[in-house]
Amino acid sequence: MSLQATTWQTVGPFFSIGLSWLYRDNLAGPGISGERVEIAGRILDGDGKPVPDGILEIWQANSQGKYAHPDDPQEKTVESGFTGYGRVPTDDDGRFRFTTIKPGRVPGPDGKLQAPHLAISVFTRGLLRRLITRIYFPDEPSNEEDFALNLVEAARRGTLIAKRMDGRPGALEWNVVLQGPGETVFFDV
Amino acid sequence: MSKIPEYRRYIPGTQPPHLHPPYVSSIKRAPLQPLVVLPHTLSEITGPVFGPEITDVKACDLTRQHSGEPLGERIIVSGRVLDENSRPVPHTLVEIWQANAAGRYLHGIDQHNAPLDPNFTGCGHAVTDSEGRYRFVTIRPGEYPWGNHHNAWRPAHIHFSLFGPAFATRLVTQMYFQGDPLIPFDPIFNCTDDEKARNRLISQFDWETTIPSQALGYRFDIVLSGRESTPMETHAHGEKS
Repeated sequence: MSLQATTWQTVGPFFSIGLSWLYRDNLAGPGISGERVEIAGRILDGDGKPVPDGILEIWQANSQGKYAHPDDPQEKTVESGFTGYGRVPTDDDGRFRFTTIKPGRVPGPDGKLQAPHLAISVFTRGLLRRLITRIYFPDEPSNEEDFALNLVEAARRGTLIAKRMDGRPGALEWNVVLQGPGETVFFDV
Repeated sequence: MSKIPEYRRYIPGTQPPHLHPPYVSSIKRAPLQPLVVLPHTLSEITGPVFGPEITDVKACDLTRQHSGEPLGERIIVSGRVLDENSRPVPHTLVEIWQANAAGRYLHGIDQHNAPLDPNFTGCGHAVTDSEGRYRFVTIRPGEYPWGNHHNAWRPAHIHFSLFGPAFATRLVTQMYFQGDPLIPFDPIFNCTDDEKARNRLISQFDWETTIPSQALGYRFDIVLSGRESTPMETHAHGEKS
């Protein structure tokens, strides 16, 4: 190693000026195969107040468990138009929403497949660097054996798993609690 | 499949903590539970890919996005995006945003009593070339007051957002200017313990990129996390399966 990584700084409150041109709240356009899901929720601070100046980024595999990236060595195909990337801001009530497909299972470090998940970056005013978390899916048997979920103490694992919304097929709720009771599990990546 | 060559983790002290009370907004937003260390998997060593088709030429010249020219001192901000192994990071997206010359952002919640500039949005993006180089034409942003504490002023800065090759290499930072008297007092600039790491956020005046009679040049090189080891080395450790 000859150089040291540049240090992070907060996105501040005015990030939409620079980042809104790439807002993408639909990761699954026409022709992209897979089970469609809509994921919505809020970002809340340590007082339970909504965070209106936040942004989420999503990174995910397609329904076959293949990433649209040259370093994914799996011999599977990616449909044209699928990038696996999303970026959504929060509104005045701290709410965000995006539509995507449930990803397939991708390989984990122990040779086993991981449970379907989305890799999430959280940026807000007040965060000096991003927070990294994951969204897993409800009623998914493979969650039991997922290596990352098993790194987390059982009592906090639920913060990583989206919940079904009653009476709305395909709609999932998942919230980000930055601090305090029910604090979301964040990863050091 | 061979073991995945992970990206390097940050050296302790060279990155800001999540909780930094002098930056008041961090107090209710920083997580209090320890982070869970996640070994890198395919999910972390891949990341969004953006080609040159995503940006248009005007996006890297913030002085030509409107009918007239913005007020303020025209500057060139350029540099290279490298990884920790000194390799250029080619074809990666760089996004910037900033205040105008008067220190005002084109944003509904900016209450600073300074004029907006109808010829300046303050937003740009570019994709690095094959050598990891990027270049923006913009105007020097103004300093501005903020509500963090009594008589708080942000030094002049430009926000940068970069992706690099993987989810693990994402970076959002701010670039500052040499000699800005506000830097020693800024809780955001000073949130990182390591002084050398902090000072690398200060761009350097650069004769080479200065255009005579046109614009002063400032150089800001950016370093993203690099690979821990090459796949060859990984094989040598017997991890190939």
